Amino acid sequence: MSKLKIRVDQDKCQGHARCKSLAPELFELDEYGNAHEVGDGTVPAGLEDKAWLAQTNCPEIAIEVTEE
Amino acid sequence: MSDSPSATYLPEHPPVTDWVHDFDHTDPVWTDDPFPIWETLRAASPVVHTERFLGCYMPTTYQAVKEIAYDTEHFSSRRVIVRDVRPEISARAPPITSDPPEHKPAKQVLLPPFTPDAMKRLEPRVRAICNELIDEFIADGHCDAAARYTKHIPVRAIAHMLGIPEKDGDLFIKWIHQILELGIKDENEMMSGVREMTGYFMAHLEQRKLEPGDDLISQLLRAKGPGGQPLTDEHVLGSLRLLLIAGIDTTWSALGSSLWHLAKTPADRERLVAEPALIPTAIEEFLRAYSPVTMAREVMKETTISGCPVKAGNMVLLSFPAANRDPAMFPDADKVVIDRKENRHAAFGLGIHRCVGSNLARMEMQVAIEEWLKRIPDFRLDPAGKVTWSEGTVRGPRQLPVLFSKNA
Repeated sequence: MSKLKIRVDQDKCQGHARCKSLAPELFELDEYGNAHEVGDGTVPAGLEDKAWLAQTNCPEIAIEVTEE
Repeated sequence: MSDSPSATYLPEHPPVTDWVHDFDHTDPVWTDDPFPIWETLRAASPVVHTERFLGCYMPTTYQAVKEIAYDTEHFSSRRVIVRDVRPEISARAPPITSDPPEHKPAKQVLLPPFTPDAMKRLEPRVRAICNELIDEFIADGHCDAAARYTKHIPVRAIAHMLGIPEKDGDLFIKWIHQILELGIKDENEMMSGVREMTGYFMAHLEQRKLEPGDDLISQLLRAKGPGGQPLTDEHVLGSLRLLLIAGIDTTWSALGSSLWHLAKTPADRERLVAEPALIPTAIEEFLRAYSPVTMAREVMKETTISGCPVKAGNMVLLSFPAANRDPAMFPDADKVVIDRKENRHAAFGLGIHRCVGSNLARMEMQVAIEEWLKRIPDFRLDPAGKVTWSEGTVRGPRQLPVLFSKNA
C-alpha cells in the first residue's frame, strides 16, 4: 500500500471534531477545538483506514488525503 | 411598542393542503411525521416557498442547505427562528445571531470551554446525573423517558457548567418552552420568557463579579472580546441566553429520539447492549436520522440557490434535519443504519455557525445511552401510552412512555 498523507484545510475546518474522535492518533485539536494533522500529516502504516474514515465523515470536507 | 392586545394578535394557521406551495412547520401533520412531507418537497424543488411566516423559503436538499449555510453574504443569522412576526431585533444571542465580521470573535470566546477535553472533565458529573435520574424510576418498571430522563440531563449539565443550582433546571425548561414553542405564535410568551431569563442571569452575573469562580459565567466575565476589552454585560447575557436556549431542548430531543428508536427496534438495542463500542457510531446515525434542530436565516440580498431564485425580505427555514434525509447524499437515507460508516451529517450545522455545544451534546448522548443500556437493557414503548413530539424549531419526543422489567 502506498503511503498516505493527510492535511486539514484550516479555512474549512469548523471544529466538528469528528476526525479526532475517529482517528485520535492522526489529529489534534487546538484551544478552540479546531483540528490539525499530527506532525507533517504522514499516516503511519496500519492507520490508513482511520485516515479515510476521518476524511469521509468530516461534514465540512476539510480533510485532504493524498497518496504519495 | 403598543400594549394593546391587537399588537400581539397572531394569525391562526389553517391546515396545510398544498405542502409544496404552502408549507408550515408548525402544522400538526408535520409535527407528527415530517419525513414524507420533506420527500414530497424535495421531489418538487430544491427550494420551496410559503406565504406563511410573512414569506419563507425552505431548501429541501443537502446541497441547497449547504449553499445557504455557507453564504453569509446573502443570508443573515440575525433572526434564527421562523415565526409569524418579525419584531424589531432586541434580544441578541451572540454568536448564533451574529454575521461576519462580528461572528468570529464572539464565537472564539465560547469555544475553549466546549472542547472535547473540557467535556471529558464534565463527563463524571453527567454520568452521575444519569444514574441519579434512573434511580428515581427503575423500581417502577415503567417511566416517561422524556419527562423523567432525557429532559433533565442537558439542563443539569449546563447548570453545572454555569455554576448555578441544578434544581433551577425547571425554570430553564419553562423559559425554553415559552421562547421556542409558544413564542412562534405568541409574542407575549416569547418576551416574558426572555425577560425572566435575563433577570435571572443578571443576578448571577452581579454575584460572579463579587465572587468569581471557575464556572462558565466567570470565564465569560474574564474573557476579552475584540480589541482586548472585556465583554459587555449585554454580550455575556446574550451568550448565556444562547447556551440555555440552544443547549437544552436540543439534546433533550436528540436523546429522546435515540431512546424512542431503541425502544421500538429490538435488533439495534440488543446490538448496542452487546457491542457498546458501537454506541458512538450509532449516535452519529441517530443525529443524522432524527436531527432535532432546524435553524433559520433571513434573505438580505436576492440570489440563486441550487438554480432557484430567492428574494430579499423572506425568511429561510434552514432544515438540517431534511438535508440529512436527502438520498442524494446518504444511501438508504430513510433507514437507520447504526453502523453507517460514512456519515457527513449536518445535525450540528455547516459552516461558521457549527453548534458550539456539539462536543457537549455528543458526550451527553453517549453517557446517557450507555448508562441507560447498562441498567435498562430491555425496554419497549408502552402500548397504552402515547409518544408526542415537540412543535416547531426543535424536534424530539416530549412524552415517551416505556416499559421495562422491574428487576432491570
